[in-house]
Amino acid sequence: MELDSNTYRLSGAEGLGRIAGTIGIIALAVSFIGVFMPSREGDPGHARATAKALHMQAAAEAADVADAAAPVATDDHAAQKGSGHTTGRAPQFFQSYLNAFTFWVTVGLGGLFATIVHHLVRATWSVVMRRMYESLMVTLPILIIFFIPIALWGMQDLYHWTHASEASDPIFLKKEAWLSPKFFCLRAVVYFVIWFILARLLYSASLKQDEAPSEALSLRMRTISAPGLILFAVTTTLAAFDWIMSLNYHWFSTIFGVYIFAGAYLSCTAFCVLVTMYLRSKNILTKEINDEHYHDMGKWLFAFVVFWSYIAFSQFFLIWYANLPEETVFFKVRGGPGWMTASLMLVICHFAIPFLFLLSSLTKRCPKALVIAAVWLLAVHWFDHYWLIAPNFHESLVFSWLDVTCWLGIGGIFFWNFWRKFISAPVVPVRDPQLEASVNFANFWV
Amino acid sequence: MAQTEKIEGVVAQFENPATLIKAAQKMRDEGFRDWDTHSPFPVHGMDDAMGTPRTKLGWMVAMIAFCGTTGAYLLQWWTSAVDYPVVISGKPFNSVPAWVPVMFELSVLAAAFASVIGMLAFNMLPRYNHPVFNSENFVAKHMDDGFFVSVEATDAKFDQEKTVEFLASIGGSNIELLLADG
Repeated sequence: MELDSNTYRLSGAEGLGRIAGTIGIIALAVSFIGVFMPSREGDPGHARATAKALHMQAAAEAADVADAAAPVATDDHAAQKGSGHTTGRAPQFFQSYLNAFTFWVTVGLGGLFATIVHHLVRATWSVVMRRMYESLMVTLPILIIFFIPIALWGMQDLYHWTHASEASDPIFLKKEAWLSPKFFCLRAVVYFVIWFILARLLYSASLKQDEAPSEALSLRMRTISAPGLILFAVTTTLAAFDWIMSLNYHWFSTIFGVYIFAGAYLSCTAFCVLVTMYLRSKNILTKEINDEHYHDMGKWLFAFVVFWSYIAFSQFFLIWYANLPEETVFFKVRGGPGWMTASLMLVICHFAIPFLFLLSSLTKRCPKALVIAAVWLLAVHWFDHYWLIAPNFHESLVFSWLDVTCWLGIGGIFFWNFWRKFISAPVVPVRDPQLEASVNFANFWV
Repeated sequence: MAQTEKIEGVVAQFENPATLIKAAQKMRDEGFRDWDTHSPFPVHGMDDAMGTPRTKLGWMVAMIAFCGTTGAYLLQWWTSAVDYPVVISGKPFNSVPAWVPVMFELSVLAAAFASVIGMLAFNMLPRYNHPVFNSENFVAKHMDDGFFVSVEATDAKFDQEKTVEFLASIGGSNIELLLADG
């Protein structure tokens, strides 16, 4: 792999993308076996049944209605009398698949956000990083391919509100207009189209700037970014509501979109740290992306560890304090015997350890320490999404080989496209008016 | 009585920030310790040129902030769970989630105090005077267009004649000995 020092184009770098793509395809093929696997014996499947049972102690009428509805349940899950809920088998495949899907969507969303904010605040330091953000951003829309299986085959397995047995649930009736499978898919398409348009507009302007230095193009990108940030916030929030929060449609949290966003930017920064350090190991861009930029990436990692914790705690704190039954169900399950350990692990691994580790500027400026932090944070980001998704289906912490293969599968294809885009253009925006300032930028650091 | 006046230090003026940086590098390499540079505005790269070690303030602030966290927890635990337990909205007496906002706030408060007070302490502030203000040239120029290096007599390498010679050799002008207050 070599970098042309004038054009900043990478040559001989296709191999990495090909490897990632191959791993992705193999992993997806292997995961496909999982589609035909029944859930394990003895696993009651939807822990939501438990959650709902708790809920119903508080709302007895609701239980009556649901009980009456149970015998006419027509979906393919066994209707379980008593809880008034279809539990039965919830095949593992789509849970792992959704987990991997939301993980990689959030990494891509982080790239979109980073680009938008870079333009909006006229950031200097991140000019050298921008092509990574942009390559993530243009990779995000292709993930719509991975949404298709969820839309076509996964919704029955994942989203309880698609079941006929829920049709007379009083809470469902109130949310019926929003929770319709067709509208759900339509919204997903709208999110991806908005992300595609934003990414396209910003990316094409950025590539155009490579031909000739132009302040006007910088201004154009900034102009797109302002409404873009609003669109980003709305689509991210609604996508988080649709894809993750509606897994238990009885529950709601207005801060949920921000929670997902916090993880998104964190994982995007961690991803870019790893890409930078990979390039560094090949002796590429070592002058352009130097200690000062590592320091700033470390600061972002630290800041979003804190921001994530702040949002996560805010969500928990208000629900815990107010103690309203329609809100507590989420933490009732996650603080229950099966999931308490996982929840505490999340607090320790997603907050305490990275907080203390990244606190000093010495770790932020040390490439090896940053790599450790980035790998760790990507792992806990996955675990964060697991913690959001899995308790809807399992009584306690269980991992499946599908978690790994689905993650590798979608991730391999994601990385293949990311890398393809990254090496197809100069790896830094060569004619950006602020490029030189970005290369020479230094932190005030005492 | 011809009293030998006590020399507190020496100050030398330099042309511009660039020469000041060069002078600072030479002072650093010569091994001076009790010395400083003075300019009307911050000069980029001066910390490195002076060889100033990294401040330990951050570590101190971190430790005091954690003391704040612990203190806030103990305060709330003792008042709410030990000394005067009251049932509030059916929560346990020692409800850690409810303590967290105060723990956070007290950490920030402790960190803020530690930063300001620690910064002053490390800079040996407040102090009423410094021998460098006995130089009229320095007083007139150091906030205007003068760039200065001052060396204090407490420095182990300080020698009245040699230091003056050295300052002249690295491009200093208007070199003055700083006398102790009368």
